Amino acid sequence: MTALLRTEGVSKSFGGVQALDEAGIEVDEGSIAGLIGPNGSGKTTLFNVITGYERVDSGHVYLGGKDITNAAPDKVFAAGIGRTFQLTRVFSRLTVMENMIVAAQHHERGQGRLRNPLARAGGPATRRRAMELLEFTGIAGHAGALAETLSYGQRKLLEMSYVLMASPSIVLLDEPAGGVNPTLITTIADRIRQLNEQGTTFLIVEHNMDFVMGLCDKVTVLDYGSAVVSGPPSVVRTDPKVLDAYLGTAEDDDDIPVG
Amino acid sequence: MNRGTLLRLGGLAVLLVIAVIFPLVITNALYTQFAVDTLIFVAAVVAWNLFSGFSGYISLGHAVFFGTGAYTVGLLTTHWKVIGGTIFALLPLGGLAAAVVAVPFGLIALRVRRHTFVVITIAIFFIFQLMAFNFSFTGGNQGVSTPFFLWTAASYNNPFYYVGLILAIGAIVLAWLIRNSRFGLQLLAIRDDEDRARGLGVRAMRVKLSAFVISGFITGMVGGLWWFFIGQALPETAFDPTFDLTVALMAFLGGVGTLAGPVLGALILEPLQQWDAITFTNGFFAEIALGVVFLLVILFLPRGIVPTGKELLTRWQAVRERRGQPAPGGAAPPAGGAEVPTPKTGSVR
Repeated sequence: MTALLRTEGVSKSFGGVQALDEAGIEVDEGSIAGLIGPNGSGKTTLFNVITGYERVDSGHVYLGGKDITNAAPDKVFAAGIGRTFQLTRVFSRLTVMENMIVAAQHHERGQGRLRNPLARAGGPATRRRAMELLEFTGIAGHAGALAETLSYGQRKLLEMSYVLMASPSIVLLDEPAGGVNPTLITTIADRIRQLNEQGTTFLIVEHNMDFVMGLCDKVTVLDYGSAVVSGPPSVVRTDPKVLDAYLGTAEDDDDIPVG
Repeated sequence: MNRGTLLRLGGLAVLLVIAVIFPLVITNALYTQFAVDTLIFVAAVVAWNLFSGFSGYISLGHAVFFGTGAYTVGLLTTHWKVIGGTIFALLPLGGLAAAVVAVPFGLIALRVRRHTFVVITIAIFFIFQLMAFNFSFTGGNQGVSTPFFLWTAASYNNPFYYVGLILAIGAIVLAWLIRNSRFGLQLLAIRDDEDRARGLGVRAMRVKLSAFVISGFITGMVGGLWWFFIGQALPETAFDPTFDLTVALMAFLGGVGTLAGPVLGALILEPLQQWDAITFTNGFFAEIALGVVFLLVILFLPRGIVPTGKELLTRWQAVRERRGQPAPGGAAPPAGGAEVPTPKTGSVR
């Protein structure tokens, strides 16, 4: 297997805080990879760096062998990396369907719809695809509703749906299960699995260990901005370095969150 | 086409007919003058809303475009000695000059957001006012005066009225086209979450700047028309800070970001201000009244007339539908109850 997404020695500091310190991760094509680590270990920063929201101080990001270091967010998206946010970000005063159409920009540009900027937003093909995706995630019934009227979980589903509009080769999910009810978590996990079977690669940041361990083929642990361990869930969950990362070097191991 | 669309189109047609025959029916020069002023503001507010309302970037510097348009048209008219009806052919040049100014203005101001953006637009506005005062080609504090138009006194206002109407309708149609286009959707996405929009392939700077330039172009043409109508452009009247406030207030009153709101705001506020100015001879009273309206809007209609009205309407419909449901054993006939349409608001909940 080849690495679809790879970071090499990525460093990023904010003032005196070293958020990322030579972080290197690899996500194999067609896999579901997990990224875990204690709060403040640099997971979201790594996502931001990969998707162009932050610039690296040093290091490189590669997508399918192509160097995309410091590319602007729209370029990264166009290159095939879709991404959701920890605090879900939808366009609250647009309808669910309009949210989907916004994400189809790149797609439609490819179809030469850019010629006339005053053309009606969202051609029939775009709307059809949007409906399919909304049905897939189970919120098609809300297509005409304003996004601000959706529940938190539904917003997560919407964000996932519109990211899929551009048929990204890899999707980065930042805490897809955070703050979502258990039933919906199962739905989200099912959908991720289905999409993965259809060929979409995933990189998931999540604190819900059952979710990560049950879903991912490979898990990477970040600590103080560096990848300390990487491997199959069964290996990672027993690695002493991971326990250290989460608990410090405490003696007490009653409350191991990776269990 | 369903009944609602037909009804709406019919309503628009009626409004259009009224607007076209207005100066033929009402010939009192005072009222037609009010009407021209109002149309000037309708076009200006729609242009403002097309950028600020859709993108969420509240500009308090649109008087830069207004003044640039006024001065450009003024200087060209004087320099080329244009007379008669052909003067209106110069308006697009005023728009063009404003659009050219909008490019560097936008490139600087659109780098920052929210409050900072507002402050930058105000600052750039004052730079332009100072330039109008101090450059020699602008005529300093003497400004630029129009030539005499040899039009019949009785229908003197009519050419201005119709050009104003064309500008206003043109701006409204353009705003409507943009609202329903990809470009418009990108603007609205930027309003809701610019960074997110960028991450979905929206080229934010390009989109914002385009809207800013289009908005500036229309405002520039409006400024040119204003100059013809008012007869003189002075630095403090062409580059007028109250223009910025008035335009923003009109949009807020009607409903920022909506299509009808800004038009409604201008139709209410401008005649009110004019009436104010002639009723109360103290000129400051009009400005105080403007401030009071501003406060009232913020207190009672923070989202504007159109959004609040829509909300009240859906709430009223929901209440009516609930009442329309046949209560078990109630007086309502079951057939009538069955015809109650599925509430549109249901999906909004």
